[in-house]
Amino acid sequence: MLSVWFWVGIVLITYGFIVGGSGIYYLFHPSNTALSHLHPSLWWGGIMLISGIILLFIGKGGEENKG
Amino acid sequence: MTIKLAFIDWVIIVLYFGFIIGIGLYLRKFTVTGEDFFLAGRRSSSWVAGLAFLSANLGALEILGWTGATYKYGIYTAHFYWIGAIPAMLFLGLYMMPFYYSSKIYSVPGYLKGRFDEKTRILNAVSFAIMTVLMSGINMYLMALIFHMFLGWNWDVSIWISALTVALYVALGGLTSAIFTEVVQFFLIWLGLFLVAILGIIEVKGNLLQELPQSMASLWATSGDPSKNPMGVTWPGIVLGLGFVLSFGYWTTDFLVVQRAFSSRDLRTAQMCPIIASYFKMAIPLIVVGGGLVAWKLSSEKVISLFVDEKGNIIHDSALPILIARYCPPGLLGLGVTALLAGFMAGQAGNISAFNTVWTYDMYKAVIKKDASEPHLVWMGRLVTIIGIILSVGAAYWAKQFPTIMDYIQAIFSWVNAPLFATILLGMFWKRTTSDGAFYGLLAGMLSSFFMFLALRFGWIDPYYLTFSHTPSNMSNNMWRAWWAWLICFVVTVVVSLLTKPKPDGELKGLVRGLTPVPQMKSYPLLQRPSFWAFISLLTLIFLNIYFW
Repeated sequence: MLSVWFWVGIVLITYGFIVGGSGIYYLFHPSNTALSHLHPSLWWGGIMLISGIILLFIGKGGEENKG
Repeated sequence: MTIKLAFIDWVIIVLYFGFIIGIGLYLRKFTVTGEDFFLAGRRSSSWVAGLAFLSANLGALEILGWTGATYKYGIYTAHFYWIGAIPAMLFLGLYMMPFYYSSKIYSVPGYLKGRFDEKTRILNAVSFAIMTVLMSGINMYLMALIFHMFLGWNWDVSIWISALTVALYVALGGLTSAIFTEVVQFFLIWLGLFLVAILGIIEVKGNLLQELPQSMASLWATSGDPSKNPMGVTWPGIVLGLGFVLSFGYWTTDFLVVQRAFSSRDLRTAQMCPIIASYFKMAIPLIVVGGGLVAWKLSSEKVISLFVDEKGNIIHDSALPILIARYCPPGLLGLGVTALLAGFMAGQAGNISAFNTVWTYDMYKAVIKKDASEPHLVWMGRLVTIIGIILSVGAAYWAKQFPTIMDYIQAIFSWVNAPLFATILLGMFWKRTTSDGAFYGLLAGMLSSFFMFLALRFGWIDPYYLTFSHTPSNMSNNMWRAWWAWLICFVVTVVVSLLTKPKPDGELKGLVRGLTPVPQMKSYPLLQRPSFWAFISLLTLIFLNIYFW
């Protein structure tokens, strides 16, 4: 059985790509939300992507719900 | 007024539904035996079980309710995360888990059967089943509220979509499905909502605590006089009602959370489960208290305004959704909404997976079909998952009628969990406790709590006699009622036990302290010992309380 960390990694990588990608778009087309000049989508998407990759590596060899 | 989602937000939301149903479908082939379905195969690590343990509690009720409560009560709400949780979680891990885990039971009512008798188990199983269905219904109600506020969705559609999704993945993979999605949800909540608190604190600048009225800005300094703090409660109410009875009653006996620890692979892992969870529990105020205070500050400066209902009353639970919409552009907005949805789904799944276990093992197998085979029990677990969801939908429509959700939740806890804590505490730590003592004590505690609830609600008695305040809040009522219900159960159990015949020692091995060999953890390195991490957790708790005194 694939480890739970593998699944969490897949979810975070997917969302990291989408959110980070939207952050790149907002670099050129700023949104009208508060504090948009801080580009939260960009760096938060990056954090999710990196976290997801780490968790995917932790979980890829798993057989059980191990951690 | 609704918040408009962009296409990218919908992609994120739909992907989440796809992920959790996909996980359920994947896990179905690994869910064969009763232990697989009801205890996740007893193979979870302490981190998996610990995060699921916390996530089962960290539903929509937590996040929205306490952010809204912070807006209303200030930093006082942190009591519910710190003194109202941590000591009980550590006590469960260090002192109670050896008896729960070693007895190889499937549920908390199962422990009552082993320690006492069938009638005590049935009393607890029935009351727990009712409570879990109500809780699941409230989760659905909150989910529908968010769908309605954010997306303008129809109430009925929201409730049925969430119900069908949870029914599908819990029926497929049982507790394993529930635990997997709870761990996913844990990450989504932190990654989806922590950012909102960070951005909020950046925007309001300055020290929020210095700008709050003093009644809302301290944990203990105004607790001597109920008229000086917004919750209308005194420190004995917080310590006895919340910190002792409600908290210990919930964290040490509520099968919804304890079931996650039962899925651990060994005793040390099971002990570490609530201890690991305690660190994350202490950190959650970063999101909910931080978010609530930011919402209060921005609202007082007329920068934002919370939603109001048809009668013009402020909907406090809308504080966090409004902050999400304020700071999150499309993409992050979808992530924030998904984090809330994940919280709702995990809460529902937690309740339903606990409900199907208690029904299958403590009612169906115990009373209706004692010779049921393992495959039949798994089939029954799947069937009752569907039935439980349908009952929850009914409860959701009922919950919609209640004005303040969190007060209502606390009310249910004090009917069921507060007296049960006295029963299990005496059962585990006093071998003289008898089956009749436990049954009549539990019954007396539950009935008295329910009577006090009615008496306070309909003004049959002056609240001063129960709460030492003429104008207590609902929260204060709940805390004091929990304390009295616990005390009544405790006293009745002791008195009846002294008048009746106890079980012989031989029948209590593995169930009672003093008659059960507890494995020593001294062979493990210091950093792997539950007691070490519990000690650090306790020190952190003490520091936080002094710092925010």
